[in-house]
Amino acid sequence: MPVSAEEIQPLLSYSNKSIDQLPAVEIISLWKTFGDLQALKEINVLFQSGEMVGLIGTSGSGKSTLLRHISGLIASDARSECQIKVWGQVVQSGGQICSDVRKIRAEIGFIFQQFNLVERMSLLKNVLVGRLAKIPGYRSLFHLFTRSEKMEAMQALDRVGLASHASQRAGTLSGGQQQRAAIARTLQQQAKIILADEPIASLDPASARLVMETLGELNQQDGITVVVSLHQISFAIRFCPRIVALKSGEIVFDGSSEDLSVEQLGWIYDSDSEVDFEAIRPKLEER
Amino acid sequence: MLTSAENNSSARLEVPKTPLGTILSCFVATVLLVAILLFSIEGAEIRFGDLWKNRGNMLEYGSGFLKPDFLDWPDYLQEMIITLQIAVWGTFLAIMGAIPFGLICSSNISPSWMTQPVRRLMDLLRSVNEMVFAMLFIAAVGLGPFAGVLALSLHTLGTLSKLFSEAVEAIDPQPVEGIRATGAMPIEEITYGIIPQVIPLWISYSLYRFEANVRSASVIGMVGAGGIGMLLWDAIRSFNYAKTAAIVLVIVVVVSVLDFASSRIRRLYI
Ligand SMILES: Nc1ncnc2c1ncn2[C@@H]1O[C@H](COP(=O)(O)OP(=O)(O)OP(=O)(O)O)[C@@H](O)[C@H]1O
Ligand SMILES: [Mg+2]
Repeated sequence: MPVSAEEIQPLLSYSNKSIDQLPAVEIISLWKTFGDLQALKEINVLFQSGEMVGLIGTSGSGKSTLLRHISGLIASDARSECQIKVWGQVVQSGGQICSDVRKIRAEIGFIFQQFNLVERMSLLKNVLVGRLAKIPGYRSLFHLFTRSEKMEAMQALDRVGLASHASQRAGTLSGGQQQRAAIARTLQQQAKIILADEPIASLDPASARLVMETLGELNQQDGITVVVSLHQISFAIRFCPRIVALKSGEIVFDGSSEDLSVEQLGWIYDSDSEVDFEAIRPKLEER
Repeated sequence: MLTSAENNSSARLEVPKTPLGTILSCFVATVLLVAILLFSIEGAEIRFGDLWKNRGNMLEYGSGFLKPDFLDWPDYLQEMIITLQIAVWGTFLAIMGAIPFGLICSSNISPSWMTQPVRRLMDLLRSVNEMVFAMLFIAAVGLGPFAGVLALSLHTLGTLSKLFSEAVEAIDPQPVEGIRATGAMPIEEITYGIIPQVIPLWISYSLYRFEANVRSASVIGMVGAGGIGMLLWDAIRSFNYAKTAAIVLVIVVVVSVLDFASSRIRRLYI
């Protein structure tokens, strides 16, 4: 189910294209250098509205750096051709983050590997934070939320199965519960894009599956565009129809996860010992 | 067998010698310390003998504590309450100032062109003793408790700003970035991401400063800035040992009770 025209109307005022022509995320010639290190090299990629994309690659290949650029948390190199757009609206261009970036961020739910939540605040308050960008400043300053906002936050928590923990401090929850709460926050944000940076890296397999299932459900039922970086290739193949692989800052594979062969994976990961290819082979062949 | 093995190993092992440099620097440090102490004897008029010579005066003072004169206790009580009121307001004003100034002093959230000058200003406030501020404010607003409030709050502002900013600099930055990623404004990053993380430390530091301010408030009265210190100074100047003793006892009891209560409360937050 694609996003309706009304929902992204405010963003559309920046563009004269129609919605069908608008990709959710458009990255044009993105370069990023940290000191001597070329972290991203001429990345060109489109994420269409409603897609669920798995971002894979070895540690240090640039997955986090790419995701953080999309939400304007870091700026690209100052090359005039570098540009990132979300729903057609410029997030950053030529290394300059657009001054309206907060409006765009409000549409993007960002989930980190861990430590997404403020541990000393209740789960409910952590979820309500998702609405900050859309409420007047005086209310947010004094932590004043309306009943309906609180009700929506409860519904978001219920959606990820955590309604009964609403008043608990975030720090007292398990890692998997915290990640699902972070997903609830993106729901409260009414985000139409979710960027998740290794959301399951610190979780046990059962919690990891639950988190991935929640993301998959939001993608399929709500039409939310999901871009998720993953270390566990088997999860990427199982949950993401499209895979984008990075190697040393370059995109070396972009296509259907069904087209990804064990040989390609071996090359992407330099036959890295951290990946158990033989364990994946049966999963690949099973398809 | 065992002994031969031990012999072998003790032949191979060697206790490391203390390097000559370490020995020399210890020696130099000791000589310097002794020299400084000797140099300061004259200026500080270190004459332990006087303690013995004047033992009569001291005994007289001490005897005051055997029969403290609580005749004017309603006055003492009233002035002690004023002392606490001075401490409450001095601390409150300091906290109100230390919240913004502490945030401005934190290098992880403010640019250095802001942190550096404000930090120097806070260092300055901290380096001036409350008594000195009290005398300055008496000149400005006249004798009385308000001068004491201002004096305490300025000195405490310097201390709390530093403590508050150290707490802010020690926070976990990731939840704050999580809030930023939702499109929140910088002020919201502070109120939702930073304040909840630092609030237990801030409360604890504020209580700690309140304890210190009760102690300071009971002496700044000596220069005329209100509170029980004024009575104390009067009693001392008129050589009224019994009254002096009574006032000191009131101060000691109230300060100890408050210290105890506040340190109990502080423990709840750490
Ligand atoms: N702020 C930074 N300063 C300097 N170098 C950085 C910075 N952020 C990332 N890098 C470097 O850029 C490269 C890509 O890092 P990135 O975090 O994007 O990798 P990743 O694919 O997310 O790795 P991982 O799987 O370990 O999370 C790494 O070599 C990293 O050391
Ligand atoms: Mg990463």
